Amino acid sequence: MNILYDERVDGALPDVDKDALIRALQEQLPDLDILHREEELKPYECDGLSAYRTTPMLVVLPRTLEQVEGLLKLCHERRVPVVARGAGTGLSGGALPLEKGVLLVMARFNCIVHIDPAARSARVQPGVRNLAISQAAAPFGLYYAPDPSSQIACSIGGNVAENAGGVHCLKYGLTVHNLLKVEILTVEGERLTLGSDALDSPGFDLLALFTGSEGMLGIITEVTVNLLPKPQIAKVLLAAFDSVEKAGRAVGDIIAAGIIPGGLEMMDNLAIRAAEDFIHAGYPVEAEAILLCELDGVEADVHDDCDRVRAVLEHAGATEVRQARDEAERVRFWAGRKNAFPAVGRLSPDYYCMDGTIPRRELPGVLKGIAALAAEYDLRVANVFHAGDGNMHPLILFDANQPGELDRAEALGGKILELCVKVGGSITGEHGVGREKINQMCAQFNSDELTLFHAVKAAFDPSGLLNPGKNIPTLHRCAEFGAMHVHMGKLPFPELERF
Amino acid sequence: MGAEQNIDGSAALLEQVNQALASATPLLIQGSNSKAFLGRPVAGEILDTRGHTGIVSYDPTELVITARAGTALSELSAALEAAGQMLPCEPPSYGEGATLGGMVAAGLSGPRRPWSGSVRDFVLGTRVITGLGKHLRFGGEVMKNVAGYDLSRLLVGSYGCLGLLTEVSLKVLPKPRLCASFSLEMDSARALARLAEWGQQPLPISAASHDGERLHLRLEGGEGSVAAAHDRLGGEPLDPGYWNELNEQRLAFFDEGQPLWRLSVPNNTGLLDLPGEQLIDWGGAQRWLKSDADASVIRSIALAAGGHATCYSHALIDSPFQPLPPALLRYHRQLKAQLDPQGIFNPGRMYAEL
Repeated sequence: MNILYDERVDGALPDVDKDALIRALQEQLPDLDILHREEELKPYECDGLSAYRTTPMLVVLPRTLEQVEGLLKLCHERRVPVVARGAGTGLSGGALPLEKGVLLVMARFNCIVHIDPAARSARVQPGVRNLAISQAAAPFGLYYAPDPSSQIACSIGGNVAENAGGVHCLKYGLTVHNLLKVEILTVEGERLTLGSDALDSPGFDLLALFTGSEGMLGIITEVTVNLLPKPQIAKVLLAAFDSVEKAGRAVGDIIAAGIIPGGLEMMDNLAIRAAEDFIHAGYPVEAEAILLCELDGVEADVHDDCDRVRAVLEHAGATEVRQARDEAERVRFWAGRKNAFPAVGRLSPDYYCMDGTIPRRELPGVLKGIAALAAEYDLRVANVFHAGDGNMHPLILFDANQPGELDRAEALGGKILELCVKVGGSITGEHGVGREKINQMCAQFNSDELTLFHAVKAAFDPSGLLNPGKNIPTLHRCAEFGAMHVHMGKLPFPELERF
Repeated sequence: MGAEQNIDGSAALLEQVNQALASATPLLIQGSNSKAFLGRPVAGEILDTRGHTGIVSYDPTELVITARAGTALSELSAALEAAGQMLPCEPPSYGEGATLGGMVAAGLSGPRRPWSGSVRDFVLGTRVITGLGKHLRFGGEVMKNVAGYDLSRLLVGSYGCLGLLTEVSLKVLPKPRLCASFSLEMDSARALARLAEWGQQPLPISAASHDGERLHLRLEGGEGSVAAAHDRLGGEPLDPGYWNELNEQRLAFFDEGQPLWRLSVPNNTGLLDLPGEQLIDWGGAQRWLKSDADASVIRSIALAAGGHATCYSHALIDSPFQPLPPALLRYHRQLKAQLDPQGIFNPGRMYAEL
């Protein structure tokens, strides 16, 4: 079923008179930068999920809060859908534009308003890049913990909208765990403060609700994040295994030993070979799986933990355990992992990155299931895994120029996500639903649950003008998607409880 | 509460909610009532969650425990303790029979909060009976899950006003290898200044409280880090039981008398000139105050500091939680109207309007 907005199943969108809207914007917000010619709109037709493209009706690039406020009020009056965009690095099409909508680009809000070392907080505009926060905090010995792979480019506003993760989530949490306060504008252009500079605030936890809400409930105009003291030291161990199962069990053993690593990553053989070929990180290319285990904190503890983890890994059957001898080798070990996506990209003209999460104990079975599905769809899959927190990133290799391969890759991706749901996991750990996984939402949630999500949306945006079609599918879409999935008169996963 | 029980009473809970919906009868949700003194009084038919009890699943290597809302907090803690794990947010019980449902609905966290995160931070998933009479599941047992809106975390601290929690999955962590408590003699102002300074350094502090005369600290971590920090900070040994007494409000400070207030303020807030006796917790971010002063006086001090104040003395004032700005209150009402359209769940417990 098509990913692009389909008014037939996703709901009718209001018809907008583009020229009249431009005139009204120019009149009421004369300083607002508006792009409306075909060639100007082209660069904004997709975000990080570049396989899906839609040319927006208009792109606006405000510089002031008043402009955003004015734009929202005007769009609300005229019933014009608004899609917010940060740096455009999102991987699920959360900022995919609408032909009948305005794309609101928040990238020019790129000022770090205030770093307060004594409060251990940073107040920043939404267009500030994730890494820029840590760089600005570094002189004080502080940093911002969540570090999605795109951290050099992705913006904090987008991080909040997607509840972005990274490789250190097991120990340091996701975006939602590292926020104090966000300022938002509602669909009507009304200012609200969610959270506070204190550790809690009165009323419902709307800060938690808005985090990860994918631009559906309001527009983020400022973010105050929590900063942490930089750990004194970080050490990395690399362990090789001759089977994925053993590597998976070793992860549980480390945690059973009472150790929470700063990062714990697994790669399978295809990913290892791709990364080694690309980065020359020194990975053992014969291994069926490797684990990278980073231990960080106070020096004395880290040394003790390294010894403990080494013993656990050896006991778990590692064929080799190596500790990075120096900072350069540590960085090299990580470079292989952090470049796994582009490395896999060298093996194949195109790849499609999945983002399912599973309870860790299900890993061996799920990897076997993925291998079987890959064989069925005749496509290769490389596995990269945030093993510590159960977040898998299977990378499906395909060639979009071969007729039918993109469709097969999409179908395989959908099956992998449904497998994650079946074992008690989720269709998305950190990339978000956006448009990409809109159909798989129908597998994870039943119609009553989706109805409640729509009720939440209605409390903040009853007219449905903010990012329509993302995150929560309509029941109509699910009915059609479900109909496609009824096979031989059976629903998928009949053994699952459906409330 | 007696021995551990494992009873799935969700069908009965669902039936009671559906009856309440049919007859438009407000429900007063309660577990052991240990936190009944918080919030506003509710007039309604009692819905007791304790018939829905027991740990549903616990796999220590997954760092996740799932239990029914009526499960006693003590049972949960004992199971975690046996596996060398803990709920890092240290939720207070305020009574022997305190339940998991009450812990999550109140969303209160203990002394470790500034360093570990709050109850909300450890909630991974919930099952909830909604105001539309459905028993639904949100979130799950995985650490990362961004599918749909985060309803599980929204429900934390909502005092049962948005739905009936029936089951909760929580992230848990291994207990630290070593724990050391000690105290240092210094005045409050100096203690707050030192805490702001130490907060910027990678020290293994996991609790910090000042009682007016002494700064009490707890260090947690590996042997090396705890020993090094202890050497550096100095101080005399403190009975580690202090932290539980503080968390459960059993220190002499909390003895009956003047009304009790909780002020939540930014963590680098200096000494506040408060109209009464105060006790500092959360490294400065939480101040307990005993005072007869008018609510408006106390609240304006909290607000000026960038925080808010909650009255912990039951039925003393009409709005124990800090009133919300009008625009924010309007969205609270809209959310309540959407999720609990008939207004049957703990009406008025948080605010008269909800």
